[in-house]
Amino acid sequence: MLVLNKEQIAHAIELMACQIINSIDSQTDIAVVGIRKKGIYVGQRLAELLSKKLGRPIDCGSTDITLYRDDIHDPEKVLQIGTTDIRFDVNDRTIILVDDVLHTGRSCRAAMDCVIEFGRPAAIRLAALIDRGNREFPIQADYIGHHLEVRPNETVAVSLEECDGTDEVRVVASN
Amino acid sequence: MADKFKWTRKHLLGLRDFSRQEIEYVLDTADSFSEVNQRTIKKVPALRGKVIVNMFFEDSTRTRNSFSIAAGRLSADVVEFTKKASAISKGETLLDTARNLEAMGIDIVVIRHEAAGTAKLLSRSINASIINAGDGYNEHPTQALLDVYTIRKHRGSLDGLKIGIVGDIAHSRVARSNIYAMTKLGAEVTLIGPPTLMPPQVSKLPVKVSYDLDEVIEHLDVINMLRIQFERLASNPFPSKREYSRFFGLTDERMQRAKKDIIVIHPGPMNRGLEIESSVADGPNSLILQQVTNGIAVRMAVLFLVSTASK
Repeated sequence: MLVLNKEQIAHAIELMACQIINSIDSQTDIAVVGIRKKGIYVGQRLAELLSKKLGRPIDCGSTDITLYRDDIHDPEKVLQIGTTDIRFDVNDRTIILVDDVLHTGRSCRAAMDCVIEFGRPAAIRLAALIDRGNREFPIQADYIGHHLEVRPNETVAVSLEECDGTDEVRVVASN
Repeated sequence: MADKFKWTRKHLLGLRDFSRQEIEYVLDTADSFSEVNQRTIKKVPALRGKVIVNMFFEDSTRTRNSFSIAAGRLSADVVEFTKKASAISKGETLLDTARNLEAMGIDIVVIRHEAAGTAKLLSRSINASIINAGDGYNEHPTQALLDVYTIRKHRGSLDGLKIGIVGDIAHSRVARSNIYAMTKLGAEVTLIGPPTLMPPQVSKLPVKVSYDLDEVIEHLDVINMLRIQFERLASNPFPSKREYSRFFGLTDERMQRAKKDIIVIHPGPMNRGLEIESSVADGPNSLILQQVTNGIAVRMAVLFLVSTASK
């Protein structure tokens, strides 16, 4: 079932950008780090928007959390290890982690563990394009593009032009 | 989205049965660990709580320390076993040694031994993952993996590359593993050396053979120099070291006739002045030290992957 189309996704990202700007001083030193695969593209779009609105370049990187997952030794999991790319200093800056879907909170926990290997940020904030609730860890997003009520046996499937050729968010039944 | 490839090998015994996809998967995984090795804090928690035993029955500088460092960067605990300091001197067998260590709770054994097939024997005898760090004249898979990783990092791909492996091919486990890895990745391999040091039935391998380095050097994109292993040679395969060096040594003069961008690699340790001149080993075409650096990332990848396959 389609829940967000291209315009609605763009609107959600714009919403997050405004939330971020409203929550910081204009001179706060922020940087964006996208999580795993799709959070990277949401993060890039967000960083571009923030850069336009703030009138200055915003550092943007990405983290592959595979090595920090708590289910890394689950034999059922098929792991696709990727590369973390954080080429800027994280010390004393506000790092905005970006994910496409916030669900259990485990990815965010793993991403935080990865980011603090690179230094000591002044703060870490979480931006999620979709918040689908059902947290298993005490983690909440600071900036949310869109809330979704989703049943436990359903998956939120985010497609983005950068990797899937189209922008849409669907709710599908899991196998 | 690409098909997810599932790694299923609990052991790394050799590359003979590896598919191209499996080799590339190891190299892609090593890319991720190369990034970790650039950080200030070169550590990830991936193998936290796992115990890795470095079981070396032969001397080693690179391989052993490389595995130790790799394991440490994955947050694993490392146990160093050296034959000279162990109860082997009291007559304890290899299998008893392994079973006793296993009773202490170990997850991965990295084994180097002078008898071919040792790693395979262990894999059938104990539950831990086994990684072959060199078994007799058979294979040295992680050396080959880091060699092709180094070439790939420099050139992007091995497809179509002409690679020469020079030296004592008959007694080289590095050569054997490299033949498998390089040909599976699309390279054309030529073995170069004196006939006395070529393996019997070499025509059965998917390689060319030359007994004349001067004839082939100008065609090569990569030259892999092997050490003459005096400690292994029972016979006299050539009249003198000087004669070997004259015909098969990688000299400045030979480099003048090679391609300008030829890559020079060597598994180490080098006999400087014998199979390779110092100026070449330390020169701009040499990736010998990069091999060693890359070896850490590749061994991290191997340790990580075998641990994901274990149940």
